[in-house]
Amino acid sequence: MLTPMPLDLRIALARAECDLYSNLVTRATGRAVRGQLEHMLSEMEGHRLAVLDFTHVGVLDFSCADEIVAKLLLRFGAGLPAHAEAPSAASYFMFRGLGESHLEALEPVLERHGLALVAEAADGSMQLVGTVDAGELSAWQLVVASGGGELSAIASYADDQSIDLHARLMALARRRLVIQTTAGFHPLRHH
Amino acid sequence: MTTVITVPASLDDVSFETMLQAVADLPGDAKLMIDARHSRWASPYGLIGMLTLAQSRSERPTFMPPEDPNTISYWARAGFLAHAEKLMEFHGTAPKPRKSGESNSLLDVTPIARTEDVQYVVSHIQERSKVIMETLGFPAQSSMGFSVVLSESCQNIIEHAGGPGWVSVQAYDWTKRLGRRVVMIAVSDSGIGFRKSLENRQLPLGADRFDDGGALESAVLRATSRFTDPGRGQGLAGIRRYLGKWDGKLTIRSGTARIGIIPKWADGEPALTKNLPHFPGAQYLMVIPELLPT
Repeated sequence: MLTPMPLDLRIALARAECDLYSNLVTRATGRAVRGQLEHMLSEMEGHRLAVLDFTHVGVLDFSCADEIVAKLLLRFGAGLPAHAEAPSAASYFMFRGLGESHLEALEPVLERHGLALVAEAADGSMQLVGTVDAGELSAWQLVVASGGGELSAIASYADDQSIDLHARLMALARRRLVIQTTAGFHPLRHH
Repeated sequence: MTTVITVPASLDDVSFETMLQAVADLPGDAKLMIDARHSRWASPYGLIGMLTLAQSRSERPTFMPPEDPNTISYWARAGFLAHAEKLMEFHGTAPKPRKSGESNSLLDVTPIARTEDVQYVVSHIQERSKVIMETLGFPAQSSMGFSVVLSESCQNIIEHAGGPGWVSVQAYDWTKRLGRRVVMIAVSDSGIGFRKSLENRQLPLGADRFDDGGALESAVLRATSRFTDPGRGQGLAGIRRYLGKWDGKLTIRSGTARIGIIPKWADGEPALTKNLPHFPGAQYLMVIPELLPT
């Protein structure tokens, strides 16, 4: 069973002794915050779903987006390009509270590395951010719309039945953008 | 022997070059007297340029402050004099700032030497930039991007310059010149400059082709960084995107060259200028004009 782990960036900032400000700016701050997040993650064993909460973050610059988000995803093998080999111990990441200005910093950083992530809005709606092709995006949207499950159940939501949905879902699972279990494919959800 | 460097009556990024020309052939330990007595106005680029010039000298220069009381008061309120006193010998007593008077300053002249300085700058300017950007017709969320531009340009001092630097942000009414108001961000350091920072990455291209202009083109146009980490080099690319989105102008001077990302309103300014008088480090100027109604 996947263990959800909420990670409030504000707490990581405080532990990194950068809590005087609520802005995630500079590489040094990013490295310190990532160090704290990695420490928190290391305390959990097995498969995990880390939920990084940006709700209380003011400014996010490119350097911090790269140091925190991109390097965490790269290190834990989540959101990697489809051709990259993911580590066997699955770590999933989900991002909450990302505003438009956060995304302006994040998107080019993710694209630079060929990474993608799942972002959850305050109303619970989800979106894929970063490098995803049209096929991956449509397959991911089917998983979210269907709520996940067996391949046939997800496929029943597709307008075009001729697509190789299984291959696309396997690619998304390899990228840790959906969860694959014996019961099928599931969206990242933590509640 | 002391060489007198006259500060132009109006000191900006263009007229600052005359000061650099005057020191270009002098040895680093030559004694300078920076004579600002007849200066009446200085842009943020000019103010922090003078501090950078003083910082780049091994011999502490002498400084003659402006005689005009309004000018000296403004330079004091912009934070210039307090820092200048630490870097230069004042000829006579440094004048105290008057408490009254309008200021265009969004961010006084601020030293950048540590990560905490960048944190301070971003935090300090956030509320003020929101207000000023809205009065210039920009959507509220654009002020976040403004803070990112400021953060990334200041960080380049810490990450790449190998020495301390300065930042200042002011708003101006450019009604006569451009028909619009503008926000001006100036960042400067007296560090190693772009060429030295990048030269280890560029040698395969041929050292003879790799001059200050080539280094600026590499960093600004191709997001090259001295680090092999592919995540590096995104700051300047982001600054370019933001300024491009809001019709802003970016110029970066380093060593003997200056590169510009020039919008239509500044048509005629060169994209790349070489063979300028050598000056250490890097100097950024970013100008964001008021948004025109569509």
